[in-house]
Amino acid sequence: MLQKIYDWIDDRIDITPIWRDIADHEVPEHVNPAHHFSAFVYCFGGLTFFVVVIQILSGMFLTMYYVPDIENAWKSVYYLQTEVAHAQIVRGMHHWGASVVIVMLLLHTLRVFFQGAYKKPRELNWMVGVLIFFIMLGLGFTGYLLPWDNKAYFATQVGLEIAEQVPFIGEQLKTLLAGDANIVGAQTLTRFFAIHVFFLPGALFALLAVHFILIRRQGISGPL
Amino acid sequence: MHKGKGMKFVGDSRISAERKPNVPKDYSEYPGRTEAFWPNFLLKEWLVGAVFLVGFLCLTLAHPSPLEGMADPTNSSYIPLPDWYFLFLYELLKYEFASGDFIIMGILVLPGIAFGALLIAPFLDNGPGRRPHQRPVAVGMMLLALASVIWLTYESASHVDWESRAEANKPIPPGEQVEIDTEDPGYAVYENSCMSCHGDDLQGGAAAPSLIGIDKSAEEIAQIAQEGIGSMPPGQFSGSDEELQQLTDFIVSVNEEQSE
Repeated sequence: MLQKIYDWIDDRIDITPIWRDIADHEVPEHVNPAHHFSAFVYCFGGLTFFVVVIQILSGMFLTMYYVPDIENAWKSVYYLQTEVAHAQIVRGMHHWGASVVIVMLLLHTLRVFFQGAYKKPRELNWMVGVLIFFIMLGLGFTGYLLPWDNKAYFATQVGLEIAEQVPFIGEQLKTLLAGDANIVGAQTLTRFFAIHVFFLPGALFALLAVHFILIRRQGISGPL
Repeated sequence: MHKGKGMKFVGDSRISAERKPNVPKDYSEYPGRTEAFWPNFLLKEWLVGAVFLVGFLCLTLAHPSPLEGMADPTNSSYIPLPDWYFLFLYELLKYEFASGDFIIMGILVLPGIAFGALLIAPFLDNGPGRRPHQRPVAVGMMLLALASVIWLTYESASHVDWESRAEANKPIPPGEQVEIDTEDPGYAVYENSCMSCHGDDLQGGAAAPSLIGIDKSAEEIAQIAQEGIGSMPPGQFSGSDEELQQLTDFIVSVNEEQSE
C-alpha cells in the first residue's frame, strides 16, 4: 500500500532522485563514535541542531499563551508557569535550551577550530557558522526581555545603553531596537518579540540551510 | 542523465517517464569503515539524541526556569545582570581601559577584534597544516581568548549571591498583590525607617526581602525592627513606642489582607 502511494507520487513528480540525494551520504569511519569513541566530538554540531529544533518547537508552544504587551507579558508567563499543564516543562526547555545551545555551539566551534577544519576549501562554511553564532547571541539577548520581569527589563536597559554609546549611529541604533529614544516600554517589548520570533529565526533558517548544503557539497573534513 | 531524442515524459509535464531505481548507494568500496547515514548511522545516532534528551529533561525538571517579579521601572535599587553568556562582555566594561572615556574600546574595539578575527579566521590562519602544533599562533590566540572569556565570566559571576538574588526578587502572584494604604499612620513610620530598603510597596529590594507574606507576629516584627535579623543591622527603627506599635500594626494588617 505504502509502496503504491510512493509509486503514484513518484510517477508524477519523480521524487526518487530527491530522496536518494537526502538519504545517501557517507559517514566515514573517523567521525563515527561506534568505531573511535573520541569521534564523539563530531556530535556537537548535530546536538546543536537538535537543541535548535527543541527551541523551535517549545517556542511555538510558548507563543500559544504568551502575550507581547507590557500589561500582560509577565502575567501570561506567570500563568504559563503556574497554571497551564506541563507548561513549566515547556518553558523550562526553552529557557535551558537557550543556554545549552550556546554551550553546544561553543563546543562545535572549538572542535572545528582546533582541528583546523575551516581551512580551504571550507572557509565560507566557517563564516556562515560564525554568523549563526551571532544570530544565536541575538536570539538570547532579545529572548531575555520577553518575560518582562525585573531581570529582563534592567538587563535590556543596560544593553540598550551600551548600544547608544556606539559612535555616530548609537542613538539611531537604540531607537531602532527600543522603538523610542528614551523609553524602554511597550514598543521595546513588541519589537524584541518581533525580532526574536520572526526576524532572527528567518535569518537562522536561511543560514542553517546554507550551512548544511555546504557540508553536503564538500563532505566532512578528513581525519587529522 | 538521459538526454536528447527519444525522451518520454509524463503527460505534458517535464517529468521523465522513465522510472529511476530507488537503491541506496554502495559504500563498500570507500576507504575505511564508511557507512550509510540513512538508515545505518541514524539508527545509532537517535540513541545518542535520546540519551541527551533525557539528560536535558532532567535538567528542566530539577531546575524550573526562573521568573522574577514583574518589571518595575521605578525600582532604582535593582542591580541588572545579563544572561551568563554575556557576562564576559559586561565585566569587560568595568575595566578602566574599557569604560568612561575609553568606552569605545570596551563596546566596539575589543569585541570587534575578537569576533571579527573569529569570523575571518580561515584567512588569518591560511597555512596548509591542520594540526594544532602546525599553527601555534592561531591556536595560541584562541586559547588566550578562551582563557580571557572564562576569567571574565568567573570574575563577574563569583561576586553574585545567586540564591539571595532569587530570594529577594521572587514574583508576587497577581492575586496576592495588596493595596497599600499610604494614609495609614503606620505607613508614615514605615516611610521613615524601612522604605529605603524594603521598598515603597513593602515589595523588598536588592538589600532586603519583601514584607508581604511573612509569617511573623507583631512582637516578632517589633523585635526585628529594633534588633535586626540576618544581614539587617540593629537600630533601623528609631522612634517612640507608639510609633513602633503603629508600624507593627500596619505590617500585620497588610499581611492579613494579603492572606485573605
